[in-house]
Amino acid sequence: MDIKEGLCADTWQNQQKWQDTPMLDYDSPFQEFSQQPPQTQSLLPCNPSNQTNKVQDWDPSAMLNNLSFLEQKIHQLQDLVHLIVGRRGQVLGRSDELVAQQQQLITADLTSIIVQLISTAGSLLPSVKQTLSAAPPSFGQFGGVQFPPGPGVNVVGVQQHNTSNQINCGTEQNHPVEEHESKDEEDADEGENLPPGSYEILQLEKEEILAPHTHFCTICGKGFKRDANLRMHMRGHGDEYKSPAALAKPHKESGPEPMLIKRYSCPYGGCKRNKEHKKFQPLKTILCVKNHYKRTHCDKSYICSRCNTKKFSVIADLKTHEKHCGKDKWLCSCGTTFSRKDKLFGHISLFQGHTPAIPLDEHKGLTGASDRREGNEATSTVGSINFNFGSNASSMGTGMPTDMDAKGSADDSTGYFSPMNFDTCTFEGGFNEFPRPPFDDTESTFSFLIPGSCNYSPKTGGDSGNALK
Amino acid sequence: MKNQKQQRLSQTTNHFDLLSEEIVFTILDFFGENPIDKKSFSLTCKSFYVIESKHRKNLRPLRQEPLSGILTRYPNITHLDLSLCPRVTDSSLTTISNLCESTLRSIDLSRSGAFSGSGLLRLAVNCRNLVEIDVSNATNLKDAGAAALAEAKNLEKLWMGRCKFVTDMGVGCIAVGCKNLKLISLKWCLGVGDFGVGLIAVKCKEIRSLDLSYLPITDKCLPSILKLQHLEDLVLEGCFGIDDDSLAALKHGCKSLKALDMSSCQNISHLGLSSLTSGTGGLQQLTLAYGSPVTLALADGLKKLSMLQSIKLDGCVVTCAGLKAIGNLCVSLKELSLSKCLGVTDEGLSSIVTKHRELRKLDITCCRKITDVSIAHITNSCTNLTSLRMESCTLVPREAFVLIGQRCPFLEELDLTDNEIDDEGLKSISRCPNLSVLKLGICLNITDEGLIHVGMGCPKLVELDLYRSVEITDSGVSAIACGCPDLEMVNIAYCKDITDSSLMSLSKCSRLNTFESRGCPLITSLGLAAIAVGCRQLAKLDIKKCHNVDDVGMLPLAHFSQNLRQINLSYSSVTDVGLLSLASISCLQSLTILHVKGLTPSGLAAALLACGGLTKVKLQASFKYLLPQPLFEYIEARGCVLQWRDKVFQAELDPKCWKLQLEDMVP
Repeated sequence: MDIKEGLCADTWQNQQKWQDTPMLDYDSPFQEFSQQPPQTQSLLPCNPSNQTNKVQDWDPSAMLNNLSFLEQKIHQLQDLVHLIVGRRGQVLGRSDELVAQQQQLITADLTSIIVQLISTAGSLLPSVKQTLSAAPPSFGQFGGVQFPPGPGVNVVGVQQHNTSNQINCGTEQNHPVEEHESKDEEDADEGENLPPGSYEILQLEKEEILAPHTHFCTICGKGFKRDANLRMHMRGHGDEYKSPAALAKPHKESGPEPMLIKRYSCPYGGCKRNKEHKKFQPLKTILCVKNHYKRTHCDKSYICSRCNTKKFSVIADLKTHEKHCGKDKWLCSCGTTFSRKDKLFGHISLFQGHTPAIPLDEHKGLTGASDRREGNEATSTVGSINFNFGSNASSMGTGMPTDMDAKGSADDSTGYFSPMNFDTCTFEGGFNEFPRPPFDDTESTFSFLIPGSCNYSPKTGGDSGNALK
Repeated sequence: MKNQKQQRLSQTTNHFDLLSEEIVFTILDFFGENPIDKKSFSLTCKSFYVIESKHRKNLRPLRQEPLSGILTRYPNITHLDLSLCPRVTDSSLTTISNLCESTLRSIDLSRSGAFSGSGLLRLAVNCRNLVEIDVSNATNLKDAGAAALAEAKNLEKLWMGRCKFVTDMGVGCIAVGCKNLKLISLKWCLGVGDFGVGLIAVKCKEIRSLDLSYLPITDKCLPSILKLQHLEDLVLEGCFGIDDDSLAALKHGCKSLKALDMSSCQNISHLGLSSLTSGTGGLQQLTLAYGSPVTLALADGLKKLSMLQSIKLDGCVVTCAGLKAIGNLCVSLKELSLSKCLGVTDEGLSSIVTKHRELRKLDITCCRKITDVSIAHITNSCTNLTSLRMESCTLVPREAFVLIGQRCPFLEELDLTDNEIDDEGLKSISRCPNLSVLKLGICLNITDEGLIHVGMGCPKLVELDLYRSVEITDSGVSAIACGCPDLEMVNIAYCKDITDSSLMSLSKCSRLNTFESRGCPLITSLGLAAIAVGCRQLAKLDIKKCHNVDDVGMLPLAHFSQNLRQINLSYSSVTDVGLLSLASISCLQSLTILHVKGLTPSGLAAALLACGGLTKVKLQASFKYLLPQPLFEYIEARGCVLQWRDKVFQAELDPKCWKLQLEDMVP
């Protein structure tokens, strides 16, 4: 029960998510070209060719070669399996050894086909290339161990199914998954629906949770946060603690019967994470318990040294915040700041009455000399911005979208939007092709030139005309 | 004693006072367009003055300065159009907001960009009942201004085309603030992307009409747009960020959609179109101008649209098969535009028109391949045509035009510019009694004879274009002037034989508001004076290259044409005196004075200073260095754009030679 395990569970969950969700990016071209849903057998040959309209650097002739090679291989394998099926019908009393040999043969062939297929597909998908080296071995294992030797064609079909799935996985993994926040384990089990009673509920006491150390030296009593640190410390107490066995991570008992899963309850009464709660949602790990308890039921004692505003109860949260503090240029009227525009707009569309807050500088800069007084008055009423940024407000203002920023932000948005990197390129091109408005824009603000020009009367105009003569 | 008093009282009493307010209101309701009518009405007597002040709902002032006085006089103004004011400052907006308060419902600021967010904020806060605001072309408006607009909580219609500095943040404020928005136009707001538009779609559920032309939006905001329950009109012109793939992901269309414009969307082919239209069965108007080629596949995609009435395919490449497939649609089209389409042939066009016999409007401008075969089919099947535009269908022989007049008696608009039509054709066309717009520019085969027929047969004619139809002379124009009293627009440019007598007869057309007589060397000030006296509605006048027009013509113009807004005096013989006299026309906004020999720098300066309402002046670049720079700065600060031109003096070409030159240019 340490951090690693929590992380493992987390990533596993993410992976499952990836596999479950249909890959939108690839769905559309499939449906366009072949009316069959993806992940069917017939998809295999046309799969790579479908991607072609998006990718620049691929060699069609090489692709064709590869594909025909694959086809040949699959046929060979098919023949082999046919043969095996035929023989099995004739002679039942074969030794297990031979059966195992055949199975191995088929597995080896299948593995090589899959590797070939993936490398073929990989030449099309730039993002897959990097993950390729890692992916195929696991398939081999998968196919070799898990699949019962059935009719050959079936095996091939299933294998393909998995391959296509895994390709999608690979591409997805390469995306910057920013939502993935390892610190939020307490939310990671949101979708977990363990039936009550299928797990063991543990509840730590408040003192236990808030204790700075959880691992104590049995000899000197010194406390440690991590088990590994304790083991390192133990080396100092004698040679018996230096043996590889003593230094090794204490292994979890992998007994034959599965252990009852452990889940944790928050000691705070009335909390949703408390086991007495009607809609109790257990916490997954001790780390989850700690973070949850501090975040929800403790004072926020860590204050950001940059903005002096944001408070945190978990020091890691503070550190994360400090990384971005000052860069948050997207403001909501409620005072919340966001480092990303899409997050701000997501927030606004979610809550009633929240609106984007326009930075102060713009109010001032916009109004001309004659209207400056009005402009300042306006700012006090407009937008109802919460000025809890204090001293930081001015420095943030400089980072605000000003007039010159208009185009930049458009570029930003393309970056956020495009599902794939190469999409961005094509769009970028299109964006540049936007015809400029055919009008001649004079951007000059007249109010600066002649502040009182509105009071001008034709009479004075005539006078100056005379003067010119 | 008492009797005497009563008698005296009745003597002094104005009989008009006996009319009740309601009756006078009803009378005022019947007043026409001319603003002078109402002005004279209100000057009749005090009671009329008061009643007219109460009656007036709409106001379109020419200057912002007298606004406070005007708005005090007219307390019931609901619609304020400031588009003619060269400048509208924040202080003016504050005045408006203080005086109009909750009566104001609609304000148009579309051409006057001197205001900022603070003025808009006053307006939005004080005028609680504002439902329409037009801030198009406010190119200085930033997000703060948009945030101010968002304070107008009851806003239903908002136009903000070309507000280029407004970003997603500003539009986001509007989306949150103006929940009742029914129409919003964000055309050319290049700073607005998916987030802003997406938020509009999420927050403003009442949206009926959405113009997103030329925005850098992608598929991200489309799903929420298509979820809008009441969306009827969607314009996606020039949205290059939307492509087939993004549209394919849209499973459901928008059922309420009636009009869709996807012009110039280069990345959308028939595939994207069919996925977008698959759920929009109620679509009535579809515009695909300058888009992907009109092929069989594209036309097949239209089959699902059972309510379709109008298709516009301007500037597309069309195939014969595509046109045939459109012809085979089971709906009955009312409007079809193939203007400037490449590949329109007799075969394709005929197959359409023979199927869609209910066609009301047909535009085949610049379909250069079609011949009399098409015209025969059009006139045979579509006898209910009200509008036919066929500029530059050069292969259509002169005989074919006879068919148009014979078989399409309901025609109201006919554009025959640059065609082979002759007098026989015109004679036949004169059988269309409802004809109101007739364009006969560059028709070298027509003469007075044909025009006389038109004058006799088409009394409802409102617009007549005879640009470079050089055979026309005075007798033809006079016949038109006599037979068509409703004429509002006349163009006799480069009809070199026209003299003052034409102008004198045209002066009987009291509704004339646009008159162009470029390059008519025989016209003199005398004819122009007649027009000025007779046509008090005159708003646009072009007398470029009328060398015989001088100051004598300008004086009556300055005196009578108080509605004149635009004038072109290039190459005329007008001098300082004439130009200065024109400055007394308070409406005058646009002035073009290139190669006016009699003009001196000081005269020009005086005229520019005296004419306070000018918004655009086109003048010779040589003046730029003859006058002090601060003068121009002042003129520009008043809201006027000075356009300097350095054109060389052009001598007029022979008309036939000009046509040949034109043909050389067009492949």
